[in-house]
Amino acid sequence: MNTATELAAHVRSGDQSASVALAEALGSIADSDHDINAFLHLTRDRAEQQALAIDQAVAAGTDPGPLAGVPIAIKDNMCTRGEPTTCSSKILEGWRPPYDATVISRLEAAGAIIVGKTNLDEFAMGSSTENSAFGATRNPHDLSRVPGGSSGGSAAAVAAGYVPLSLGSDTGGSIRQPAALCGVVGVKPTYGAVSRYGLIAFASSLDQIGPFATNVTDAALCYDVIAGHDPLDATSIPIEQASTLATLGDGVAGMRIGIIDELCGEGIDADVIARTHEAADALRAAGATVETVSIPATIYGLAAYYLIAPAEASSNLARFDGVRYGQRVDGVNVAAMNVATRSAGFGDEVKRRIMLGTYALSSGYYDAYYGKAQKVRSLISDEFATAYKSFDLLLSPTSPSTAFKIGAKSDPMALYMCDVCTIPSNLAGHPALSVPFGAGDDGLPIGVQVLAPMLDEAKMFRAAKVLEDAAGGQS
Amino acid sequence: MADSIGICDHQNVHPMSGEISRDEVAHVASLARLRLSEDELDTFTKQLCVVLETAADLNSLDLDDVEPMAQPYPLANVLRSDEIIPSLDRDEVLAQAPVAEDGRFRVPPALGEAP
Repeated sequence: MNTATELAAHVRSGDQSASVALAEALGSIADSDHDINAFLHLTRDRAEQQALAIDQAVAAGTDPGPLAGVPIAIKDNMCTRGEPTTCSSKILEGWRPPYDATVISRLEAAGAIIVGKTNLDEFAMGSSTENSAFGATRNPHDLSRVPGGSSGGSAAAVAAGYVPLSLGSDTGGSIRQPAALCGVVGVKPTYGAVSRYGLIAFASSLDQIGPFATNVTDAALCYDVIAGHDPLDATSIPIEQASTLATLGDGVAGMRIGIIDELCGEGIDADVIARTHEAADALRAAGATVETVSIPATIYGLAAYYLIAPAEASSNLARFDGVRYGQRVDGVNVAAMNVATRSAGFGDEVKRRIMLGTYALSSGYYDAYYGKAQKVRSLISDEFATAYKSFDLLLSPTSPSTAFKIGAKSDPMALYMCDVCTIPSNLAGHPALSVPFGAGDDGLPIGVQVLAPMLDEAKMFRAAKVLEDAAGGQS
Repeated sequence: MADSIGICDHQNVHPMSGEISRDEVAHVASLARLRLSEDELDTFTKQLCVVLETAADLNSLDLDDVEPMAQPYPLANVLRSDEIIPSLDRDEVLAQAPVAEDGRFRVPPALGEAP
């Protein structure tokens, strides 16, 4: 398969037809997705129309844009007008949104072709994509293992080679962790850098949309397309960032990079820690100075996150009441209908988090749970700010382990631990990405995480490119 | 069956002790408009206890002088100019509702029993 960068160049020059590239992508999905289950729904008609329009534009001498003819898969929690958007939940089965998310409009305006909607843990709550009302997704590297989650379908779609790009959403690691487990690049941008208009909200102060790609260059290309201010999202930062693609090859010479000590110890597998230290060596070899840095509050991130995210979710998911969209189970009055609809429509993990959040926000407990968690959030944010006075970037593992077996983590808390390295960036609102760096003792992919200060995606991508080149040189 | 719920036995529950009782879970479920079976109540009570025990780790931190943080980027009062712009098409929106009638969402009676 061509990279997105190569494919767009070939389509723009007229050397390759977007319609043919789309047919190949749909063909590979038809051939093997019954095993992997990355896709919930294909947007075939819309994709074919878009591909035809791009081929016609090229024939007419018009430039269709930087992602011309590139097939892309979309996590099924982003609205696509007239196409199913389920959040992998029965409660939204059959619903077809009356509008497109801003990222969808931006991708299509740049020439990309939306091929379908990918599986996720219900309402993006999970770390394995086992928790979907429409069945688990399997890891393309080993079908007995999970792809990670919650954006497991989007990670698997890229890892399986169906499409060169996909979009996920990351609330506590839901792009980076599946990227690590599937051996692809996954990017969580700065909070507010990419519009969330049309992203079905899970935890509004944490959610961010970002790309998956097979390589760092494609990820930067896609990021540049989807980033930027959007007046339809009140949390969108009103500035324009410089192109990250333009400075991608500038290297890390002279950069100061810190390895987060607290995320390289207990609870993290030895092979994952070893690859992280090798990644540090690769950055040193490229001219960066790398030192250990202590950010003690990061170890409290998990506890704070599992109060804040459910609290926000309990509020956001109140809208699924059987009145305006999706499924309804009838009742004698509105309240009975609400209860019947929500009890039948939500899965167990969603119910667990709604109840946890409702409890954390309830009278008498608010200060002790939600209020305290918000203070811990300040602590983590302040400690990051202090670290960034001495360092340009930070480095850590992405996931504590390689991909685990389907069904291996049936206890909710065991699954929550998967997010320990990724959650701090969401709480602080900072960008972070996962880039593949070698393999574990079991031969499965390992990712390392590059963390950057707010809006410093350009530097983050530069370091990721150095790591990608070094990892490629090793094999 | 409080025995089977172990650490979540009902008495003397304090905030941040990592305990939530079966009755409290039932109350929270009703607030959230969820109906749980007896078995679900047992399971969820145990599971929520484990998560809340982890949350109790935060008790070891001195947070008296720390300000709470609600969101990462300090935007406030985001307004747009007062211009009329197209909104979603009403028929397209209502076509996706479970039940619609006369340009509105239709729901069961809000008060009392259905006729």
